[in-house]
Formats: sequence, C-alpha cells, structure tokens
Amino acid sequence: MAYDVIVIGGGLVGGAIAWGAAAKGASVALIDQGDIAFRAARGNFGLVWVQSKGAGMPAYAHWTRASAELWPELADTLAGATGVDAALRQRGGLAFCLTDAELEERASLLTRMHNESGDIGTRIVDRDEIRAMVPGIGDRVVGASFCPIDGEAHPLHLLRALHSGLLRLGGDYLPGRTVDAIDAAPNSFTVRIGAERFIAEKLVIAAGLGSRELAPLVGLRMPVTPLRGQIIVTERLRPFLDYTCHTLRQTVEGLVMMGDSQEDAGFDTSVGVPVLRTMAERNTAVFPALKEASIVRVWAALRVMSPDGFPIYEQSERYPGAFAATCHSGVTLAGAHALALAPAIVAGELPEHFAAFSARRFDVPTH
Amino acid sequence: MFRRIEPAAADIRFSYEGREIVAQPGDSVATALLLAGETSLRTTPISGSARAPYCMMGVCFECLMEIDGVGNRQACLTPVKAGMQVQRQRGARELL
Ligand SMILES: Cc1cc2nc3c(=O)[nH]c(=O)nc-3n(C[C@H](O)[C@H](O)[C@H](O)COP(=O)(O)OP(=O)(O)OC[C@H]3O[C@@H](n4cnc5c(N)ncnc54)[C@H](O)[C@@H]3O)c2cc1C
Ligand code: FES
Repeated sequence: MAYDVIVIGGGLVGGAIAWGAAAKGASVALIDQGDIAFRAARGNFGLVWVQSKGAGMPAYAHWTRASAELWPELADTLAGATGVDAALRQRGGLAFCLTDAELEERASLLTRMHNESGDIGTRIVDRDEIRAMVPGIGDRVVGASFCPIDGEAHPLHLLRALHSGLLRLGGDYLPGRTVDAIDAAPNSFTVRIGAERFIAEKLVIAAGLGSRELAPLVGLRMPVTPLRGQIIVTERLRPFLDYTCHTLRQTVEGLVMMGDSQEDAGFDTSVGVPVLRTMAERNTAVFPALKEASIVRVWAALRVMSPDGFPIYEQSERYPGAFAATCHSGVTLAGAHALALAPAIVAGELPEHFAAFSARRFDVPTH
Repeated sequence: MFRRIEPAAADIRFSYEGREIVAQPGDSVATALLLAGETSLRTTPISGSARAPYCMMGVCFECLMEIDGVGNRQACLTPVKAGMQVQRQRGARELL
C-alpha cells in the first residue's frame, strides 16, 4: 500500500499528527502496536498545562502557548466530525505551595519565564486570595501560582477522537503491528512488518519509547527514556473545583485524579504504596476533605523523556521526508501537533524556529 | 416483588428516608430495601436517572447510598444494623 504519509506510533503524538495530516488532504496510514505496548497516551493525567513549560527554552514555552490557543479549534473540529468530546476545559490552573520556600521558588520561576518568554498572565496568589478562589483549602497551603490559560482534557476521549477522525477522513489505522525494518531513501520509505509492505513519501517517527530504536533507521536520533508516573483516582464526587490543579483535577464525571510521580524505574510499570502515599499526603494537605474519599483505582505509566525534557522535532538530513516527533506533554501539545506541526510535515518543511527542537542540541557539551 | 426463602428471625429496625424498615440479621441494606419494596436507591451523577442494586455482590456499584452520613457506600455489601440512618443518594457524593 502506498500513502503520502506514514506515521509510526498511534499514541497522542502520532495520533494528532496523523489526523492533522489527513485533515490537510494527505493520504495517511497510522501504524501502531497491540494492546500490551507501553502507551503514555493511555495512562496520563490529562493536563493542558502551560505555566511552567519551557523554562530555559523559550521556543518550547511559545510552542506550548500556541498549542493551548489551538486546542479549542482541535476539540471543536474533532467533536463535529466524530461526535467524541475531548472535554477540554481551560479555566485556569493552580500549582499549590506548602512552604514559603516553595512559594519563593515558584515566584522566581515565574519571573524567569516572564523575562525569557513574555507575560501570559501567570501570577502568585497569596494565602487569602487562594482561599477566596477555592473552597476547602488546608491550613498548610501558603499560596499558589495561577495561570489563566491552563486547563485539562479527557485524554482517552482525545485519543479516540483522533483515531476515529482519521478513519473518517479516509486514513488507515493499522494496529497490532510492530515496525522493525524501514528501507529509506530520500522522500521514499518502505516500512516492513513481516510480509507486509507500506510505502510513503513521508514518514513520521512518533513511536514514544519505541522511537529510540526506529529513528536511526531513517538518519534521526531520538534518545528518549522512560520516566514512571503513578496516578490515584477516587470515587465520583460532587464537583467542588472550578480550576485545574497541577497535581489534582476533577474530571467532568466527578472523579478526582491525583498525580503524578516522577520516578526513574526503567520499563517497570508497577505501582507502589510509598509513592502513592506521598502523593496522597500532599494532595490531602491541600484539600483535607479528600481524606474521606475512597480510592477506586491506581496505575502507573511511562513518560517519554528526552535528555533535557524538551520536545524533539526534526527532519532527517540524510533522508529528507523522514521526521522525528516526540515530547513529554502530548495532551498539552495536541493542538499544535495536529494544527501546526502536521501541516508543516505535509508541506515537507519544518518552520525555521524549529531548529531549537533538533536533537543536535544534545551534541553540545553542557557545562 | 421479592420474598424471603427462609423464615424470619429476630427483627432489626433501621431508618430509610425517615421511614422505618424491618430487616433480618444478615440482610444487607440493599436486600432489606428491595424486600421493603424500594427499588430506586440512588440517582446517577451525570444524567440524574434512577438506579437500583444490580449485581448484589459488590462489583457494579449501582447500589451506592448514603449510610450513617457517608455517601457512596455500597448497600449490597453493608449489613443492616439497628438504628442505621440510610438515605437515597442523589447524584455524586458530596465531600466539600
Ligand atoms: C503518568 C503520566 C502523566 C502524564 N500527564 C500528562 C499531562 O497531564 N499532560 C500532558 O500533556 N501529557 C502528560 N503525559 C504525557 C503524555 O501522555 C504523552 O506525551 C503522550 O501520551 C504522547 O506520547 P506518545 O504518543 O509520544 O507515546 P505513546 O502514547 O507511548 O505512544 C507511542 C505509540 O507508539 C507505538 N509504538 C512504539 N514502538 C512501535 C513500533 N516499533 N512499531 C509500531 N508502533 C510502535 C506504541 O504502541 C504506542 O501506541 C503524561 C504521561 C504519563 C506517563
Ligand atoms: S449491587 Fe452491585 S455493587 Fe452493590
């Protein structure tokens, strides 16, 4: 089978690019593994989070902001085409601080980001203001940072909307296939899976943790590693929260999700009480009433992390037409991936300012 | 609609929405209420539609009720106790 674009990896990054390319009129195949694959797209927290993204890399801060702006168009278009509502809510986001030292650190991060990347209205709210904004705040909370454009979405609905949107645009979703061989020439790629052959002019490597092995086949580098995160979900509760919080959100169905640890645990996706307890302690310090809530689920999933935590987007020099796409915030960046990155890939050229996202930055010795 | 297979033993009395319900030792709250002819024990959080106990063995969560002031309790897994205060649960549990 021959396509304009083949995307390898049907998670949120690959899904958004595949849908976005099909929406631009390209014929697209999205190749994905089976049910037991590592899939951050199916285990994440669902934040569309801007306020702290890109300290030290203004290009990433601006890309994240652009994505938050594009998100409503993405959600509306997908809902119109597929009937699946990604439940986007951009009501503003709060990151709570439990000590004065934390609050000072947060304030200096905001100042630094403001100076580096411009003002997006993020500000520190003090003890009294936070209590006026949110009911039931615990005594230990000394303040928070608030960003008016932060929000959240339903990540599983988003993934389903992207996949079903792709099918409706005539694209092919090809699950149950692990790519391990690619014959590459400039603007001509043959993806081999057993006896199957898929041919395209353009190829996107968006295979999450699988990208590390695939990228070198087309002259790219994607040195990503797993970073485990655990999540706690409570029973459904009457809505009590008008904002999204950095480690706590209440879904439209009333579940309270608490996140999300950052653990270097290799490919181990098991959960453990010590980490879950720490997460629960912090979140119940913010909302003491949650101590009464029953936990109904916990799980762990693996983030896809580059060495510096920033995204990698790049076109192969050796094999033009092959693109790398990975990041650790595939929900947040879905708007930009679908509506800005995918059109650029279809056009065959990444914008100039994308140079900042090249994996060549890892060659520069750090001091 | 329902009737007991075994003959009644000693009575246990508890309150449901202010009404006195007579149950038997070993009954769950759900069993006692079904026997008393109560079939709509809660409304759902999203659409507000009425629900009754379904699996009677703790897996479906259709029987959530407010029992002694605590919401979201599974009535099919909660044994009746004398003097218990049971309420229908309207929508999701309220915490704050
Ligand atoms: C605990 C946790 C919390 C998170 N919270 C947030 C959040 O709040 N907000 C946010 O924006 N992001 C969050 N993320 C990150 C987000 O989930 C990911 O960025 C997102 O899922 C995109 O990942 P991906 O598509 O690159 O990879 P994945 O979702 O892992 O998808 C990669 C896909 O590639 C396929 N694949 C791999 N190798 C091959 C191969 N050889 N052949 C074919 N297919 C292959 C896999 O089967 C898989 O489906 C979180 C992640 C975790 C783990
Ligand atoms: S009736 Fe199914 S859990 Fe109680």
